[in-house]
Amino acid sequence: MRPTFSIIAFTLLSGTGYGLWFLLGLGLAIEWPVCVPMQPAIASVVPLRFCEYPPLIGYALLAGFLMVTAGLLASLGHLGQPRRAWRAFSQWRSSWLSREGVASIVTYVPAALLALVGLVLLLPPTDETSVRQSVDHGVALQIMSLAPAAARVLGATLALMSAVTVYCTANIYSSLKPIRAWHNRHVVAAYLLLGLYGGALCLWFLTTWPAAMNHATGGREMPFVLVGIAVLAALGLVLKFLYWRDIDRTPPISAGVATGLEALGTVRSFEQPHTEENYLTREMGFVLARKHASKLRAIGLIAGFAIPGLLALLALALPATRPFAAWIAFISGMSGLFVERWLFFAQARHAVMGYYARN
Amino acid sequence: MTTLPPPSPKKLGLVIDLDTCVGCHACAVACKEWNDGGDFGPLPDADAYGAHPDGVWFNRVHSYAVQQDTPRGKRELTVHFPRSCLHCETPACVTVCPTGASYKRAEDGIVLVDEDKCIGCQLCAWACPYGAREFSEERGTMQKCTLCVDRIYNETLDPADRQPACVAACPTRARHFGDLGDAESAISKLVAERDGYALMPEFGYQPVNRYLPPRPRRDGCDAPKAPAPREETLDRDQLPSVLRWLDRALSR
Repeated sequence: MRPTFSIIAFTLLSGTGYGLWFLLGLGLAIEWPVCVPMQPAIASVVPLRFCEYPPLIGYALLAGFLMVTAGLLASLGHLGQPRRAWRAFSQWRSSWLSREGVASIVTYVPAALLALVGLVLLLPPTDETSVRQSVDHGVALQIMSLAPAAARVLGATLALMSAVTVYCTANIYSSLKPIRAWHNRHVVAAYLLLGLYGGALCLWFLTTWPAAMNHATGGREMPFVLVGIAVLAALGLVLKFLYWRDIDRTPPISAGVATGLEALGTVRSFEQPHTEENYLTREMGFVLARKHASKLRAIGLIAGFAIPGLLALLALALPATRPFAAWIAFISGMSGLFVERWLFFAQARHAVMGYYARN
Repeated sequence: MTTLPPPSPKKLGLVIDLDTCVGCHACAVACKEWNDGGDFGPLPDADAYGAHPDGVWFNRVHSYAVQQDTPRGKRELTVHFPRSCLHCETPACVTVCPTGASYKRAEDGIVLVDEDKCIGCQLCAWACPYGAREFSEERGTMQKCTLCVDRIYNETLDPADRQPACVAACPTRARHFGDLGDAESAISKLVAERDGYALMPEFGYQPVNRYLPPRPRRDGCDAPKAPAPREETLDRDQLPSVLRWLDRALSR
């Protein structure tokens, strides 16, 4: 299949963005914020806790938004009639592409509400003096006391919808039976895993930004992130290896099978239906990737998984190397994932090429 | 609506006889001609008369050589193979469509694209293992065989002409049009008589169109070789001496 840049950008950017949002949502649901009870004097007036959120949350929300949105806009670039794209939300009963569209829009809702909660209540420094000054504003305090619960619910929703959206994206491809390399049991798992992995690399990268990890949690989530990256990299390596072994074992569809003439003898094409290339041969007869498959696979595995995984272990052992390692891991990992995604499209054979006997 | 309608009793489709098809491409050309000028509007082309002509065709005629082992050695069967939309009963090209542009008609099973709803995502072309759909860069929408829906019900045409252009044009009558849902129709009987088959049924899309396999050749290759005439035996000792000498001389 022809590896269209718009679709690679769509699946990679939105997948990584949703992975980041998933981790953010998970963090909000189970780890952040860190809340401590107020001084007794205030607590007696309003039952209020003092909650702190690391700025990393804001960074991750924004970075996820930029990647998801850039990916979805890139997917519009693949359309012949992008102005009619709104119609794609209608057929969710049968079409995975439509389901993906609906899920992607729904996922913006918890993200936008989180941004709202953050902008109104969480980002201004909530030190005790300012709280004391605003203690008369009982309503604001009531809302503020609800904010941590709201953040948890919204975070859980964001994580769930991000996972659902990537699941739908994966099914767009894995539901296509004529493309055996996509209609494969490893495809959905790989999309989910690599989305999460890309998101984890982004999260690590964002922790190196100024003041990303303030004193709220004292950076105690860092070991989880690093161990997570190492584990996901190892799982990714294994999964891609199993996937490639699978598709290498799947024989292409021959002209005999495609035409149904196999029972009569060995079928060979002696004349093509057209002298020039056509839409089908351009779109579905892409050979270049299979010619260089082994080299590209090695590049994808080393850059995408091995280097970031080892850097995460290094950073775990030597905390001083963390900012530097995060940058290298992010750049290397995303390049590797790009190669992997390019191969996913470019290597796949389509059944129709059986008629052209080009498989 | 891209969810499929309940199965219709009427299943319009084509039956293509691979025995009589001579690969003249008349079906492809007649299709292109009709769909350029019919109610459908021009079937798009890019650079039609230039160095690299490119365009949408609903018929593509492949040519294959089928090598067979016969008792008299190898032989090659030439099979011309027209490929077009099979108007499947459960087409994936319809269900993957996110907009409802791709649909299967409930009344006769024809698979069509609503050109005003198609967003040109091309997922339907990926979903079709038969290569029935071709995308037009010029229009930005997907194009496909309409089974000449603007001919077969067209009351301004002579009843004899109310059949797809490819069927009308075929000089060897290798293409037949009719209702494959009706077991008593002429083409259903033809399929039964000639063991017509569906393409790649393993995908489960249940194509309506059928292909009739080439008939067995009558070139005698399939028959085993006639046994070689047995050599006569000759007992030289029984011959008169002159002939015995002659036999010995000729045998040298």
